Parts: sequence; C-alpha cells; structure tokens
Amino acid sequence: MLFTSYGFIFFLCVVIGLYYIIPKQFQWKLLLVSSFVFYYFSGWSNLIYISVTIVSTYFVGLKLDSLDRQQNLYLKENKEVLSREDKKAYKEKIKARRWRWLLLCLFFNLGILAVIKYTNFVIANINSIFTLFKLNELSFVNLLLPMGISFYTFQTMGYIIDVYRGKYGAEKNIGKLALFVSFFPQLIQGPISRYDDLSLSLYKEHNFDPKGFSFGFQRVLWGYFKKLVIADRIVIAVLEITKNPETYDGIFVLVGMVFYAIQLYADFTGGIDITIGIAQMLGIKVKENFNRPYFSKSIVEYWRRWHITMGTWFKDYIFYPLSVCKPMLNISKSSRKRFGEQIGKRVPVYLSTITVWFTTGIWHGSSWNFIVWGLLNGFVILVSQEFEPLYAKFHQKFNVRNTFGFRLFQVIRTFLLMSSLRILDCYRDVGISFRMFGSMFTKLNINELFTGSLLKLGLDISDYVVLLIGVIILISLSLVQRSGSVREKISGKPVIIRYTVFVLLFFSIIIFGAYGIGFDSNQFIYNQF
Amino acid sequence: MKKKKIISFVVLILVIVILAFLLQKLLMPKYMTQIVEGALIAEYYDEKNKDHDVIFIGDCEVYENFSPITLWEEYGITSYIRGSAQQLIWHSYYLLEDTLKYEKPDIVVFSVLSMMYDTPQREAYNRMSIDGIPLSMTKINLAKASMLPEEDLITYIFPLLRYHSRWNELTKEDFEYWFKKDQIAHNGYLMRVDVKPAGYFPKPKKLSDYRFGDVCYEYLDKMVKLCKDNDIELVLLKAPSLYPHWYEEWDAQIIDYAEKNDLLYINMLNHLDEIGLDFNTDTYDAGLHLNLSGAEKSSVFLGDILKTEYNLVDKRQDENLKALWDEKADAYYKMKEEQYKELEEYGYLLKFNMKRSEGNN
Repeated sequence: MLFTSYGFIFFLCVVIGLYYIIPKQFQWKLLLVSSFVFYYFSGWSNLIYISVTIVSTYFVGLKLDSLDRQQNLYLKENKEVLSREDKKAYKEKIKARRWRWLLLCLFFNLGILAVIKYTNFVIANINSIFTLFKLNELSFVNLLLPMGISFYTFQTMGYIIDVYRGKYGAEKNIGKLALFVSFFPQLIQGPISRYDDLSLSLYKEHNFDPKGFSFGFQRVLWGYFKKLVIADRIVIAVLEITKNPETYDGIFVLVGMVFYAIQLYADFTGGIDITIGIAQMLGIKVKENFNRPYFSKSIVEYWRRWHITMGTWFKDYIFYPLSVCKPMLNISKSSRKRFGEQIGKRVPVYLSTITVWFTTGIWHGSSWNFIVWGLLNGFVILVSQEFEPLYAKFHQKFNVRNTFGFRLFQVIRTFLLMSSLRILDCYRDVGISFRMFGSMFTKLNINELFTGSLLKLGLDISDYVVLLIGVIILISLSLVQRSGSVREKISGKPVIIRYTVFVLLFFSIIIFGAYGIGFDSNQFIYNQF
Repeated sequence: MKKKKIISFVVLILVIVILAFLLQKLLMPKYMTQIVEGALIAEYYDEKNKDHDVIFIGDCEVYENFSPITLWEEYGITSYIRGSAQQLIWHSYYLLEDTLKYEKPDIVVFSVLSMMYDTPQREAYNRMSIDGIPLSMTKINLAKASMLPEEDLITYIFPLLRYHSRWNELTKEDFEYWFKKDQIAHNGYLMRVDVKPAGYFPKPKKLSDYRFGDVCYEYLDKMVKLCKDNDIELVLLKAPSLYPHWYEEWDAQIIDYAEKNDLLYINMLNHLDEIGLDFNTDTYDAGLHLNLSGAEKSSVFLGDILKTEYNLVDKRQDENLKALWDEKADAYYKMKEEQYKELEEYGYLLKFNMKRSEGNN
C-alpha cells in the first residue's frame, strides 16, 4: 500500500478515527494491528520475514537481559566469597555468552537481509567469472525483496546492540517490540528510529491534541505536495534522459543530474514529511531525517543533514565500534610502527570510513553502481579531510570564509558534487555513469537547451512552470525554516491567512499533482531499499 | 473562543467543498463539440417528463439509428434513448436499473451488438457512460463492473481526481459550458444530417469462438429479470448498421436466447428493403451509423412493430404531452435546419468538424 494510493488514505482515515475513539490503553495495540494490516498489503509472505525478525530479536533481547540479571545476582550473592579475579572471570564469561547471543541475533537477521537482497548480486558476479572461463552459469533465484526490510532490519539491529550495551533493558512485551519494528508510517522508508527515542511516545496514551493534529496534517500535505507535484512530475524527464543515454548526453546529463537531485529530495523528504506528519497526528514523535541538506557547505556537513538517522546509525553501530575494536587497534599500532605517527593514526580512520561507505553503498542496493557510489562518497570525504590544512592556509590568506559569496560557492559546489556522485544512482550502471559524466565535459553544448529539446523530455511548458514554482516554494520555505518552524510562523497569522495557505496547498496537490491515469504512479525511491 | 474556532473550521470545510465542486465542474470534459456522445447520459436527468412508453438501451446503434421524435409523430409513442459510445452490456444493465428509479416504461429495447464485448474496452468510454449518472449505488456498481485495472473507483465518485490534470488543457469551451450546457440530443437521439455513402467493408474476420462471453449472458439474464420484476417487455434489437459485422452465429445465439426467454428479437438487417434504407443516402459514415433520413426510416419500421406487438396507445391526443413533444419537435427541426445550413455553408457539420475517434460505435 503506497502512501500515494487512495487505499492508503482511506486506511489512514480509519486508523486515525479509531485511534481517538477507542479507550486509550488500546491505542498502541490498534497501531500494531494497523501496521500488520498495512504490511500485509505489500504481500502476506513479507509478514513472515518481519515476524521472524521480531521474534528472534525479542527472545535474544530477553536472553541478554536475563544474562545481565544473572550476573548481577551472582555477584551480589557471592560478593563476600569471590575474589576480584573470580568476579572478573565471571564477568568475562557472561560477557562472552552475551556476545555470542548478540552475534547470533545479528547474523540471523542480517543473514535474512543478505540472502534476500544480495543472493542474485552474488550469482551475477559469479556468473561473470564463470563466463570468462566458459563455465555454465548459475541460475538466479526468485526472491522478492520485502518492502522496507533494510530499514526494519537496521532498526532491530540498533535495538539489540543497545540492549547488549546496556543502554536500556529489553522490551518485555513482544507486542510493543513488534510495534516498534513495524510502526506503519515509518516501516517502508524510515527514518531508522532508536528504541529509546520512539518508545517514549509510541506506547503512551494520547489525548487528541488539535494543534499537534493540525501541524501533523499540514506536514502530511506538504509531503504530498513535494512528492506528487514535484517529484512525480520531474521524474518523467529524469527517466527520459537516463533511460536513453545514447540520445541524451553532454548538457542533458547535467540537466538530468540536477533534475534527479530535485526529484530525490522532493521524493525522499516528501515521504519522510508524510511519515512524521502522520506520527504527529497520532501524538507520536519520530526523529527528523533531514535538515535542509542542500544548504550544506561540505560533503561531510551534507551527510550530517541528509538521511540523518541512517548516518548516525552507521556512525554509532559501525564506524565507532570498528574504530575501537581490538583488531583495528592492533592494525593502528603496527601501522604507526611501520609508517610513522602521521600515516599510522590515519589507517584505522581510513579503514573504518571505507567500511562504512561500502556498507552504505550496498545497503542502498545490491549492484556495483551503489557500491562505487558509496566508496566514492568515502573517498571524497577522506580527500577533503586531507585537504583541510590547505583550506586553512587559503582562509588565512584570503579572509572570505564568512562572506555570502563564498558560502554560496560552497553550497553550489557541494550540491554539484553530490549530484555528480548520484549519476551512479541515475544510470544504475558504472560504465554508463562514468561515460555520461565524461560527456558533460567533452560534449557540453548549452545551445541544445534552447532548441526546444527540453520540451521533448515528456514535460510541456506548463509542467516546467509548475516545477519552477514548486522549487521556488521549496527553496523559500527552506530559507524561512532557518529562523524556526514554518508551521509555528503560519499559526501565528490571522485565521484567514492560515486557512488560505491551507486551501492553496490542498488544491495545489489535487490539481497539480502528477497522479492518476496519464501519470505512472511512482513508488517512493527509498521504498526500494 | 471555542465557538469561534468551530465556526471558522466549518467555514473552511464549506470553502473546500465549494471550491472542489467548482473546480470539478470546470475540469470535467463538457462534450459540447467533437465527441458530443459524452453528453448524452447526463441529458436524461434534465428531462422534465420522465415517463416514456419505450426506453432504448444500448450503444451508438440506438442513439444514432432511431429518432424518438419520429416515433412520437408517427405513432404517438413516447420514448427515450439511454445510450452512449460503446456502451457495453453492464453499462446498459445498470443504466436501465438507474432509469427505473425514475420511470417504468412499457417496453425496453436493448441493442444486442454489445454482446460482442465481454471485457471493458477503453477508459474513455467508461467515463462517457458513467460520469453523467448522479451518484448512487447503481453508479458505484456500474463503475466497479466497468473499470479497467488502471482505474480507481474513487475517481467515479469524485471525478475531480480523474480530470485534475486537464488544468493545462482548458479551453474557452470549458468556461463557456461551466454551469450550463447546450442540448445535444433529442430524447437521446444524436442527429446527423450529412451523408457519406456506404462503401467497401473489409471481409469479416473468422473468429476462433463465436459464443458470446459468459459475463454478457449473465448481464442479459439480469436485464431479463429486471424487466420481468418491473413488468416491462424486453425487446432484443439488432439495428440496421452494416458494420461491425453481425455474424450469423451471433444472430443464432440471440434467436435461441429470445426463444428460451420468450422475448421478441428484431434483426433489422433482415428487413433493409422493407425499411427502405438506401445506404447511398441514409448513412453519414459509410454504413456504420444512419443519418437523420435513415434514422427516421428505421424508427417508422420499429414503431410499427412495437405498436402492433404491444398495443401501445397513441398519446398524441394528450394535450400536455402534445405541448411537451411539440416543443421537442421544434428543437429537433431547428437543429435539422441548422445542420443543413452548416452543410451548405461549410460542407461539414461544425459540432463534428474534428475527426472522431476511430472505433466509436
């Protein structure tokens, strides 16, 4: 059930209606049932996968908790008789057992994700090698990727690691854990929530709050505006360009690149706005996933502001643990010895960064273009870190760091850099992506844009007008957002202005939305991950 | 304060409803020129006197081939044609069900050509057959029965959701006919006075299976039952159009069905000489549909059968009805005159000056 389907809107109205009618103690139970009903529409077999993940995570969580309790009890009861060494040995023993349970849970759930998502990728690569040696190719397996599996798997992994680390106790109620994993607004495209964040409001009893409800509804509408008016309109031109690389090269690659940046932003942030808005209508607080990323002045800043929950997930659960794990410390030590302090201290950072970005790439999709895209992101970040002293010297010499012109240059540079990397996402083929990127420099003919060719990309002049207005609104609101919530600002205006804004937004979606017959209804890009 | 909030909220909802209504009216196709068939279904609901002896149900084989004015003038029979472009049998069934909410005719004449289709054909025809019907369970059931996989039921309840993307196609016509429409048909009859003699038709293709689809029989059975339940005589009719080809195997099935269900079946293709049709002068599109001259001839022929078979009373003496039908006849002859004038002046009819979509029937 896509967020943009009529069925989902009907489903949502029923759920919200019931949510505020039923006794409050049943609210979270209703959400649980609704989430499973919602997920059922993506295919009943998907329910099996998510249920297996929930059940395995639940029992391992309890086991980790019980081992922890067992340790505390044993140490308390034998406080007087155990020596310091005995206590330490016992703790190590329990720690090892907890570690094994954690690994079991992680490998099991990650294994499900890996088998479903990456089997055919592995087979395709093996076949490439087999072809070289003229061996018989392996057949591909027919495994359908359950919607949102990458999101809920990472969410449960985060939960179980936190329980292992003792950040919080395991959830005793399997229903509540199931709701945390399957909460329908965020199930298929995130954000990747943390249990201690989401559970605070997820299981609480909620009274109807007119302001929160109204704010949530406004955010949902804003999300639909971005998705239906902008993303689903501009995608027509993006697909025309990227599906026909032989026809559209040179300047069109640049056009496609910029258009895709707009599409991806409107699509993904639109989806997240709908998610957060729905949660807000239910009185539930879901973490923000974006912070005006296209205003970033560097790629590192961009990744702090784009898909925030994924970035922090990788940082907390891969980058940091990897950087301080024993083997890495050993590598660091021997590197320092062999290559000296300067290079040696960089080795663990480099290795962790490369691992994180490789994982980020492959998380986005089981193909080489995503892996190369991830690694290139890591490469650019490392290179920019290496250039830091050079930048510092530049700024010492030219005092432009705080000028508007330089900041604007940085924003545009970052935008173009990120958009260039995303070419790999657009063309979904490494070779074609590099060839198209190259054609921007070898076949750049700006005049081509003024021969009416833009009108041959599936969009007419009225579509471009709608897109232009849409993008101007997007940028303007992002600028206004810098000084605080737009909705708070609007809510302070007279009722006539508030309602006019609301009515305009509502009818803009209805009239200018690219939905229904004549438009290919696109699922959200991040649903595919 | 709370009261003020409630009032402003109610006003907001009202504004949204009114705007949605206005935008929907503006964005829905008006069908006032070119593909005027789209306006036929809605016209019925503006009819002042919904009390007819005969209701025709079917596709273009009824709304282009029979003239209710002729039936009135020749036999005093009151009739209305509930037809639309490529109206399939489930359209016809639910349209009849809807019509019976307003009136109980003595006779229903059903055009059997649509038995040849057992699956929905094109969204455009669905819209032309369904959009004009006021919202009711009948309309919803009809939409459910008719929809193609890419269609959504809700767009039949709120057509704005279907036509929203017409905002950049709006023409002067959309504003001109925003709130009022011209009369297109005469009791459902779509008049054409132009002439295009029948020419060559491709040889009928051999079909792998001549049996009408089960779903067609299912709806025909339902139609028979609906008529029986309402004490209405159902007549099966094959109109005198030369194309699409009416196969003997199809004819035999209808004969068989009519016999089994004790229905009258008239295949007018078997009576072309009696009707007096001349396909050099009585068709406007080379034999697919009749023009006014042909429609009047076929109406005289059919009216005679209906009057004789079902003892229909001549109502021309009824003063009220006479006044009403005189008014209809005036409009009919006025349009006839205008069309001849246009033909003389331009060589074609203005309303139909664009090439009509192929396959309309």
